[in-house]
This record gives sequence, C-alpha cells and structure tokens, in this order.
Amino acid sequence: MQLIYFASIREQIGLSEEEYDLPSGVHTVEALLDDLRARGPNYASALLADIKLKVAVNQQHAKLNTSVKDQDEVAIFPPVTGG
Amino acid sequence: MASISVQTTDFDLAKEVETLKAGNTSIGAIVIFTGTVRDVGGTLSSMTLEHYPGMTERELERIAGEAENRWALLGCRVIHRHGTLQPGDNIVLVITASAHRTDAFKAAEFLMDFLKSEAPFWKKEQTADNNTWVEAKKADTQALSKWKQD
Repeated sequence: MQLIYFASIREQIGLSEEEYDLPSGVHTVEALLDDLRARGPNYASALLADIKLKVAVNQQHAKLNTSVKDQDEVAIFPPVTGG
Repeated sequence: MASISVQTTDFDLAKEVETLKAGNTSIGAIVIFTGTVRDVGGTLSSMTLEHYPGMTERELERIAGEAENRWALLGCRVIHRHGTLQPGDNIVLVITASAHRTDAFKAAEFLMDFLKSEAPFWKKEQTADNNTWVEAKKADTQALSKWKQD
C-alpha cells in the first residue's frame, strides 16, 4: 500500500509518503488508522482519534468504513483549506 | 465540459473570459469569482498552498461536472494556484457562463462552496514570527447544506 500524508499530518509524521504492508485483518480505513497509531509516537500524535482527519482511498474521499486493500493508494490529511 | 487548471503561475482574468466566450454567442451571462490572498492583521508575509496532485484535478472535475449537471451552463473554467503566494495575489478563479444569469450565479457559488470543502488544498501562512496551517472553517462545511437535493 502507498501511504501519502499532507500538510500538518505530513509534518507530524515526518514523511510525505511511504510503502506499507497492510497487515492481514486490516480491511477498513478505521482499522488502518488504528494500526498506524500503534507504529510510534509521531503516528499516534499525528493521527489522534479526536482530531479531524480526512482520508482518501485511490484519490477519492473515503469514510471510516471504506474498505482498503494492499494495492490501494491511501492519503491522510487534515480538513482542506483551499479556495 | 469544464476546463480545469492547477498551476503555480498567475492567470489573466480578461483573457480567460475572452477564451470562454469565443465563438459562443448564445452566452448571455458570465459570472467571475476570484479568491485572493488576504492579510488580515497586516502581518502576513506569504502564503503557501500545498495540494494533492492527481486527486486535486479529479475533485475539481467532479465538482464542475456536478455543476454542469445541475445548471444550464454554456461554459465553465476553474483555475487554482499552488505554491508560495504574496498578499493580494490571485489564488482561485471560477468563471461560469449561461444564457441567463441565474444559472451562472448559482453554479459559481456551488463550485466555490464545494471546492473549499472538498478539493485537496492546504494553506500555510508565513509571518515574521511563525508559520501556521490555516484551520478549516465550520461555516465552509455548513455552506454545503444549502445545496442538498431531496
């Protein structure tokens, strides 16, 4: 899986993107976020459950129950502020 | 079909309107919206816009396509800049054209409301003291509710 981070999430994790082997048993955006939070303090603080996170799966806005597969491109970012 | 551009360079309003109108005399109304870099307290030195290449274009095309489904548009142009901009610089341009004004007005407002809540751009403000990410506004999310269809 290709993971991509933007804006404040990118800065807190300290990476703009990375390859990640999706663990078996992780099938939704919600489970993926839980899994990533356990990877280290930078992930845990960037992806705190009570902050507003947005996720896109294959460049489309996703929800917590959207399914994810190992071949997906998953982006995690804060609420957008363009315009 | 809407024409979408995501670019670092500035745009020329008059030229964009001329291009949209060219050869289409059934157009009777054109609405132009431009968003610019705002310096509220006189402390902003610059603003940097980050975006998600690929998804940005897809989202802008999706939103413009939705506007074209809802209103009778004869032209639609969206330009959004990214990179580092100065106070007063142009950020975004939306032009909508239709036979009568209502379609162009509504479509332009719809496009901006959805662009602000769904297109993957993030603004960071640079001042002499610090750099801070702009927080999303609740009012922008609430603005979407008026477009809900039954």
